[in-house]
Amino acid sequence: MEVLGTYAILKIVWWLLLGVLFAGLAIMVGMDMGVGTILRYVGRTDDERRVALNIIGPHWDGNQVWFILGGGAIFAAWPTIYGSSFSGLYIVMLILLWSMIVRPVGFEYRSKLPSAKWRNMWDWGLFVSGFVPMLVYGAAFGNVIDGFPFKVVPDGTVISYYLGSFVFLFNPFAILMGLLSVSLSVYMGAAMLMGRSEGAMKERARQLVTVAVPSAMALFTIGGIWVAMMKGFAINGPVDPNMPANPTIPLPVAHEAGAWLSNFGHHPILWIFPALGYVALAIGYLAARSDRFQLTWWSGAVAWIAVLATVASATFPFMFPSTIDPAHSLTVWNASASERTLWWMLGWSLIFVPAIISYTSWCFWVMRGKVTPEQVKADDHAY
Amino acid sequence: MVPADIVSPAVVELSRWQFAMTALYHFLFVPLTLGLSFILVAMETTYVVTGRQIYKDMVMFWSKLFAINFALGVATGLTMEFEFGTNWSTYSYYVGDIFGAPLAIEGLMAFFMESTFVGLMLLGWHRLTKVQHLVVTWLVALGSNLSALWILIANGFMQDPHGAAFNPFTQRMELTSFMSLLMNPDAQAKFVHTTLAGYVTGAIFVIGISAWHLARKNHVELFRRSVRMAALFGVISTVGVITLGDALGFIDAGKQPTKLAAMEGVWNTEKAPAAWSIIAFPDQAAQKNVFDIQIPGLLSLLAAHNFTSPIIGLKELEQQAAVRIKNGIPAYDALTQIQQMMQKDPALANPAVRAKDPAMQKVLAQFKAHEKDLGYAYLLRRYTSDLNTASPALITKASHDAIPLVWVIFWVFRIMVALGFLFLFYLIWVSLLSLRGQEMKSEAFLKLSPWMISLPFIACEMGWLTAEMGRQPWTVYGHLPTWLSASTHSVGYMVFSLIGFVSLYSLFIVIEWYLMFKFARKGPDSHETGTGGGSLAGEPAFARPAQRLNRD
Repeated sequence: MEVLGTYAILKIVWWLLLGVLFAGLAIMVGMDMGVGTILRYVGRTDDERRVALNIIGPHWDGNQVWFILGGGAIFAAWPTIYGSSFSGLYIVMLILLWSMIVRPVGFEYRSKLPSAKWRNMWDWGLFVSGFVPMLVYGAAFGNVIDGFPFKVVPDGTVISYYLGSFVFLFNPFAILMGLLSVSLSVYMGAAMLMGRSEGAMKERARQLVTVAVPSAMALFTIGGIWVAMMKGFAINGPVDPNMPANPTIPLPVAHEAGAWLSNFGHHPILWIFPALGYVALAIGYLAARSDRFQLTWWSGAVAWIAVLATVASATFPFMFPSTIDPAHSLTVWNASASERTLWWMLGWSLIFVPAIISYTSWCFWVMRGKVTPEQVKADDHAY
Repeated sequence: MVPADIVSPAVVELSRWQFAMTALYHFLFVPLTLGLSFILVAMETTYVVTGRQIYKDMVMFWSKLFAINFALGVATGLTMEFEFGTNWSTYSYYVGDIFGAPLAIEGLMAFFMESTFVGLMLLGWHRLTKVQHLVVTWLVALGSNLSALWILIANGFMQDPHGAAFNPFTQRMELTSFMSLLMNPDAQAKFVHTTLAGYVTGAIFVIGISAWHLARKNHVELFRRSVRMAALFGVISTVGVITLGDALGFIDAGKQPTKLAAMEGVWNTEKAPAAWSIIAFPDQAAQKNVFDIQIPGLLSLLAAHNFTSPIIGLKELEQQAAVRIKNGIPAYDALTQIQQMMQKDPALANPAVRAKDPAMQKVLAQFKAHEKDLGYAYLLRRYTSDLNTASPALITKASHDAIPLVWVIFWVFRIMVALGFLFLFYLIWVSLLSLRGQEMKSEAFLKLSPWMISLPFIACEMGWLTAEMGRQPWTVYGHLPTWLSASTHSVGYMVFSLIGFVSLYSLFIVIEWYLMFKFARKGPDSHETGTGGGSLAGEPAFARPAQRLNRD
């Protein structure tokens, strides 16, 4: 490794910032989608379901922007990843998109009409638009870890070709990662309902947290063992981190079993992240048992961060590795935007990300407290 | 599977259809959000300042329709955000460094604010003081309009690229000046033109629904006030739309001559002062108008704001394109060589190493000399991989592509302009009726207005078509052709996604219209305004403690 120049440091900063956005997305949108996933289970009556929807009602729209911002940040800071991954994952992206666009409509339209049939239909819509996107979110990480059958071809510019079948995108490891993501999202959704509702539904939600924890732990463990044995990627030669962001310039890449553990081997401190994941989940379990909402919610958020950080520790500097052409994998070094764009975007982010976190917190504070069926019925605009 | 030589033309065509359909669909909801958010701001500000309950009832009623519309705007906006990556991956590679930035800033600065506060605006009435709630409503309106600003800065780059240059070592365009990206005249004019068009849409929407209720004598006081506010707001906005539309035409005349010539159906270069065609039937194959009614001298005045500028015709623009294609070939050639050299010796990617490499320096000089016509070389690349041996006939064929589809652009542009002037007269008429208090007496107004609602939506769609079809054959004008921008999908994938979008979107619009009609007809809730007109009594916000929660 040569000395890191400003450009290389910016690339790393943006890789970390992308992590912040992915965590924001997982925690905030994952929570709302978790509520959608468990809506029909925890809410047995229409009153209960309306309470559940109105608990996240004032926030889901803002939370969803983490998702949109994640896409926008990949576009601006990692344009090569944006183009290659979104087009390569075409069918999966469509499934994600189609399930997600049911959500705003479902929230807004469900309770506009009194018909039970109508509401039931939208409840199923909200289930699909909660469960499927979180499954795809995890599965996308699974595919990245697996490596991806694509190549980049120079032709007056750089053109990306996906050379696999879309069936490959639903491989067992990807599904496993998808289920891990669903478990954590169910955890967050249930934790939110546990804190903000009352009575039987609150109890069901609390029970669900204690089911989600062992499930997430088991999936995380199986996934970890799988990753240790599968063919991973590692840089095995000199790379210039300041290189121009051009993926057609070959990199020295090894594609071999166990390679994903090489970062943990070089820096044993990284084991702290998987450990943190287990600890946070265990604390979350105990907190839910003793009915402590704040602790349960924050443990879940920390668990999400720890799981994402574990994936990041294993894969750095790979962002979108290629199985058929490993030397042209997309990495932190060869897939970013230009130095000037990264600077400008860093400036905007330093102003607006803290602003977003502050006003989102304010909104949660304004809407704090329990939601009851009486409140929902009294409010003309309620979902 | 071996990569095809180029993206299949059918895939490019299907990708264009998919993008156009999803964008036009999304654009059915955006203008109303832009306009209605500011009308809500006006109503709520009046409520807070005067304390009159009737204005709160107005906000409550119109914000319910706002929410129904907003949901689909958000849902379909998701598609737009992802479609550049899923369907236009080479475009994303080529200009993502510049184009991605305003999209991301839109999320950071505008969309986050709008979406976070819209939840409080709709569900936070009982949790906020009057003034707090008003601030929230303002932030929603501000957020949605700032969204439009950043999206149109991104779009402005596609129309008239500013602040970027091609980097031969990454083989893509990169940002050179953020400020010139931001201050792009096309983007600035288009932002004002488009948001004002949204205000006109909102105004005519409010007037139309109010007239429907007034004809049935429902909540007369409430709807008369809605008409008054919307009509005055609409008149000012329409004047702005027309003025900025003229400014955009002026910018196009300088920066996008093929778009202007197509909008006006000019095949042969017109000497100054050029004549303007009111009605014509352009024939693309024969390169002439088969039928043409002209007003002498007017086109120079409209497009260049003088009587001395000639307007260059499409035939001449095509010949210019052929010259630029030939000039661009060495640039494309140089890029290919640079890529090969770097692949053989990755160390050449380092600026210090390549500065000492004479072969690299020579190719770079060749690239610099022809750089400005690189985009035109791609037009030829569509037909052959060996650009250097391309026959003159092939170059002529490629130069043919430089002209957009004239008859569609000519007509959609005219429909948009005609509707714009129709709105001006209509809104002046409504304003006069309202100011004289005669809106209830005019049968024509009460009958006609509900039917007017559809027209601004049509005008907005026509505006989109003029701008984006007129930009063809480029995604980034003069730099990146549309055919090269598309992802390398199979036809099967494209058919699958197109069918999916059409079915899902058709279902959604049926549901949306059903709810919109239902709630528009239902009118304000009776428990809020039991008297059928709403209370005019009120106490200004500043007359009582501002911290008191809304319990009205």
